[in-house]
Amino acid sequence: MIELRDVCKRLGERQVLDHMSFRVPKGMNFVLMGPSGCGKSVTLKHVIGILRPDSGSVQVDDQDVQSMDRAQLMALRKRMGYLFQNGALINWLTVAENVALPLREHARVSKSELQQRVHEVLGLVGMDHAATQYPPAISGGMKLRTGLARALVTNPEYVLYDEPNAGLDPIISKQIHELIVEVRDRLGVTGLIVTHSRACATQCGDRIGIIENGRLGIEGSVAEILASDNPLARSFLDGGTD
Amino acid sequence: MNPSATVGRIVGTRAQDAGFVVDLLLRTVAASPKLVRRVRFTLDMAFNAGVRSLPVTLVVAAFAGAILAMQTGIELRRFGDTAVLGTITALSMCREMGPFITGVILAATVGSAMAAELGTMQVSDEVAALEVMSVDPVDYLVLPRVVALAVMCPTLTVLSNLIGIWGGSVIAEHNLGVSPDLYWISAREALTSSGTMLPKEVYVGLLKAFVFGVAIATVSCASGLRAGGGALGVGLAVQTAVRNSVILIIVLGFIVTWFFYFLAG
Ligand SMILES: Nc1ncnc2c1ncn2[C@@H]1O[C@H](COP(=O)(O)OP(=O)(O)OP(=O)(O)O)[C@@H](O)[C@H]1O
Ligand SMILES: [Mg+2]
Repeated sequence: MIELRDVCKRLGERQVLDHMSFRVPKGMNFVLMGPSGCGKSVTLKHVIGILRPDSGSVQVDDQDVQSMDRAQLMALRKRMGYLFQNGALINWLTVAENVALPLREHARVSKSELQQRVHEVLGLVGMDHAATQYPPAISGGMKLRTGLARALVTNPEYVLYDEPNAGLDPIISKQIHELIVEVRDRLGVTGLIVTHSRACATQCGDRIGIIENGRLGIEGSVAEILASDNPLARSFLDGGTD
Repeated sequence: MNPSATVGRIVGTRAQDAGFVVDLLLRTVAASPKLVRRVRFTLDMAFNAGVRSLPVTLVVAAFAGAILAMQTGIELRRFGDTAVLGTITALSMCREMGPFITGVILAATVGSAMAAELGTMQVSDEVAALEVMSVDPVDYLVLPRVVALAVMCPTLTVLSNLIGIWGGSVIAEHNLGVSPDLYWISAREALTSSGTMLPKEVYVGLLKAFVFGVAIATVSCASGLRAGGGALGVGLAVQTAVRNSVILIIVLGFIVTWFFYFLAG
C-alpha cells in the first residue's frame, strides 16, 4: 500500500504540495489527474524517495519513505518501477541496453536470461523491432514505451506511471492501457498513474484523484467520479475520448 | 534590500556549492573500486576529451611558448644573455604554462561539455531515473569523467610542453639569433638538472595537470548535476562550470607550486 499523509513540499517560490493525502491499496490502480504544473510528477517523486516532503509522511507498506537511508531506499526501489514523463532514457545506450540497465547493474542474472527478459518486455510494449536503436533517433511515443519496458523489466510490485500515453496514437494508447490493466490483473502490481487522458483514467484506473491547490480536490472510484457533477471532475473527464 | 544580508546569502550559497563539490569528489573516490566496470566508458571519455581539445591545445601551446621566448628574449637581449632562453622557456612551460593552458582549454572544451551533458540529463530526469534504478550517478556518470580527465590532462600537458618549447625555439632562432643546438641543449639540461629519473621540474608540472584534470571534471560534473530549470538551467550550469574551473586552476596551481618550491623546499 502507498499512503501519503499531509505531504507539503515547497519548490523554489511555490508551495507545490499542500497537505496532499491519499492511499493506494495493494493491487489497485490509482489515477492522479490535474492541470499542468500542479505537482503530479512531484507527487510520484515523493513516493519513490527522489524528493522528500517538508512535512507529512509518505509510506509504502507502512515504511516511512522519507526517513529511509540509502540501503533502504535501494531495497524499496528494487520493488518499484517508475515510468518517467518522456521516458528519461540514457542517450548513449540502445533501447535494449536501456531496458537491460536495471537488471545488469544489480540482479544476478546470466546473459542469456537477461536477453530473454529484455526481449520479452520489449515485445510486451511493442518495441522489439527497434531494440538496437538509440533514443535520440526514436519518436516520443517509442521512448515512452521503452521507458515502460524498463519500468517493468524487474517485475516490480509497484509501478508509478507518469503520463504513460502522452504522444501515443489511439491504437498504441489502447494497447498500453490494456498492458497496464494486464500488469495489475496478472501480476498483481499496484499502480499510481498520472494522466491527462480520460480514456487512460477510465480504462486503467480503479480510483481517480484530481489535484487542486496542492492536494486532492476530489477523489473516488471511477464510477463515482464519472457520475459526479463536481466541476473539477467534469472539466477533466468530460468530452474527448483520447 | 539589506546589503549585508545579500552578501551573507551569496557567501552561504558559495559555501554550499563548494561543499557539494567536495562531497562529490569524496564520493567519487569512494566509488573508485567500481571503475573496473566502467573501463570502456572511461576510455571513450578520455579519447573524446583528447580529440576534442588536442588541436586547440597545440595551437595555443605553440603560441604560448613563442610569447614566453619573446618576452624574456627582449630583456635578455639587453643584457646579451639570450643563451639561457632555452632554459627559461623549458622551465616556464613545464612548471606553469603547459599545465595552465591545457587546464584552461580542457575546462572550456571538455568541462563545459560535461556540464552540459550532465545538466541536460539532470533536467530531463535521466539522473533521477538512474537513482530510481539504484544506479549511483556518481559511479556511473562522474567517476569515468574524473578518471578520463585525470589521465588526459597530464598527457596533453606533456604535448603542450613539447610544442611550447618548440614554439619558443622558432622565435629564439629567427628573432633572437640563438642557435637551435644551444636552445635545445639548454632546454634539456634545465629539465634534467636534478639528475633524477623524473626531475622535479617535470613531475611538479604533471602533478599540477593531474590536479587540474580532477578539479575540472569534478567541478563540471557538480554544476551539471545541480542544474535546474530547463534549458536555461543547463546554460547556467555550463557557465558556472567554466568559471569555477578557471578559478580553481589558478588557485590550485599557486598552491602546488608554493608547496613544492617554498614549503617542501
Ligand atoms: N526541481 C524543481 N525545482 C523547482 N521547482 C520545481 C522542481 N520540480 C518541479 N518544480 C515545480 O513544481 C511544480 C509542479 O511540477 P510537476 O512537474 O509536478 O508538474 P506536473 O503536474 O507533473 O505537470 P505536467 O502535467 O506538465 O507534467 C511546477 O510549477 C514546477 O515548476
Ligand atoms: Mg509531470
